[in-house]
Amino acid sequence: MFRNQYDTDVTTWSPAGRLFQVEYAMEAVKQGSAAIGLRSKTHIVLGCVNKANSELSSHQKKIFKVDDHIGVAIAGLTADGRVLSRYMRNECINYSFTYESPLPVGRLVVQLADKAQVCTQRSWKRPYGVGLLVAGLDESGAHLYYNCPSGNYFEYQAFAIGSRSQAAKTYLERRFKNFSDSSRDNLVKDALMAIRETLQGETLKSSICTVAVVGVGEPFHILDQETVQQMIDAFEIVGEQEGPAAEPDAAAAAAAGQEAAAADQGGSTEEGVAPMDI
Amino acid sequence: MVKQQANWSPYDNNGGSCVAIAGADYCVIAADTRMSTGYNILTREYSKICKLADKCVMASSGFQADVKALQKQLAARHLIYQHQHNKQMSCPAMAQLLSNTLYYKRFFPYYSFNVLGGLDNEGKGCVFTYDAVGSYEKVGYSSQGSGSTLITPFLDNQLKSPSPLLLPVQDAVTPLVEAEAIDLVKTVFASASERDIYTGDKIEIVVVNATGIRREYMELRKD
Repeated sequence: MFRNQYDTDVTTWSPAGRLFQVEYAMEAVKQGSAAIGLRSKTHIVLGCVNKANSELSSHQKKIFKVDDHIGVAIAGLTADGRVLSRYMRNECINYSFTYESPLPVGRLVVQLADKAQVCTQRSWKRPYGVGLLVAGLDESGAHLYYNCPSGNYFEYQAFAIGSRSQAAKTYLERRFKNFSDSSRDNLVKDALMAIRETLQGETLKSSICTVAVVGVGEPFHILDQETVQQMIDAFEIVGEQEGPAAEPDAAAAAAAGQEAAAADQGGSTEEGVAPMDI
Repeated sequence: MVKQQANWSPYDNNGGSCVAIAGADYCVIAADTRMSTGYNILTREYSKICKLADKCVMASSGFQADVKALQKQLAARHLIYQHQHNKQMSCPAMAQLLSNTLYYKRFFPYYSFNVLGGLDNEGKGCVFTYDAVGSYEKVGYSSQGSGSTLITPFLDNQLKSPSPLLLPVQDAVTPLVEAEAIDLVKTVFASASERDIYTGDKIEIVVVNATGIRREYMELRKD
């Protein structure tokens, strides 16, 4: 990534047809601490890593309840994320008030995406510097979407964003085929394992991660520290035993070639296709 | 030249009565379930009671379309409060919100006569009574609606100590226990439905206490 003369404002195209300010906004998402999401047919789990600035301070809130059936995890400029969460909550409340029924998730993500797009086409605005993993349940089932600062959105079976998210994505790519029929508890365990991948060796404790669940018969809520610690303890032991067994799987997957079905849109920003073009 | 009169009214009165009584650690809120218009009955099974928050329940008589709109407004505002404060609204907070919401429409009022009941922050019962434009007061008991003129004097007589007619004001809440208060409510409605044509069919009784919210029903005269 190098600075050039076409990246001063968002309303300037580069000769290659790219909007650099928007791409820089997507870089901001990659700098934020990791957030992951995965779904089955009936449940969606969101998880994130909480990195506090210092031992003295509290960590930033990265998972927000939007409504009983929708929650969001963010990575990037958390202030932008807070503002967008407030917007999403308002939209849900207004829809419920008018139609006496919950806002379908697909509608909400389109509204969010349109809001983000506006900021890519106004000279007096800047793009939101936050990526959102929107988890929601509606009549058409369980959904997980990723909303990008560019105004694009994609639906996923499982995804990870933020720093060191590639490690989590690799883990999820190996396991995603099982998620659809997974039980709720196994889904949470997979989420915790994916979070652990992003920690690169650091011990996984409930104090440095947050997990939230939404599903059929289960309104969106953040799991409390004790529950999370219990689940970590439950599988940490199993994790060690599974170590040798997991490696042949990884080798087989690598040999078969990476499957990009849980599409990896985190994309390279070197010369070539601009990330938001896909 | 005679002043032009309206040939229709945006309001209607669907009748009915509401009562609330506050105790030391409970609150009873009750309303009949009859909805009428003019001399006709629209339905015998309409609830005038709405749970606004964990420990806060409102009963409203008057124009039920306005009541419904008011309940929806308060529910939406409560959601916003929960997002911002991470907790439920207390009954006194909801009481102020209701007052502000009603006064907001001072020049096209909600035709809604409300009684708010629940537990305050210390777990003590509280009742707030309103007029249509938001004037409110914390009291030990209250009644609103078509039967209120029949019910209030009886409550004044039976619940002596929290009565505002005694000076100096003695107790804010009645010394009755929960079961006695519920019995009193049933008696009061049975009497009111004898003389008030708009009150009858069934009473819906909601009790708020430390264990939560519970609901019961009692049959009344159908005539």
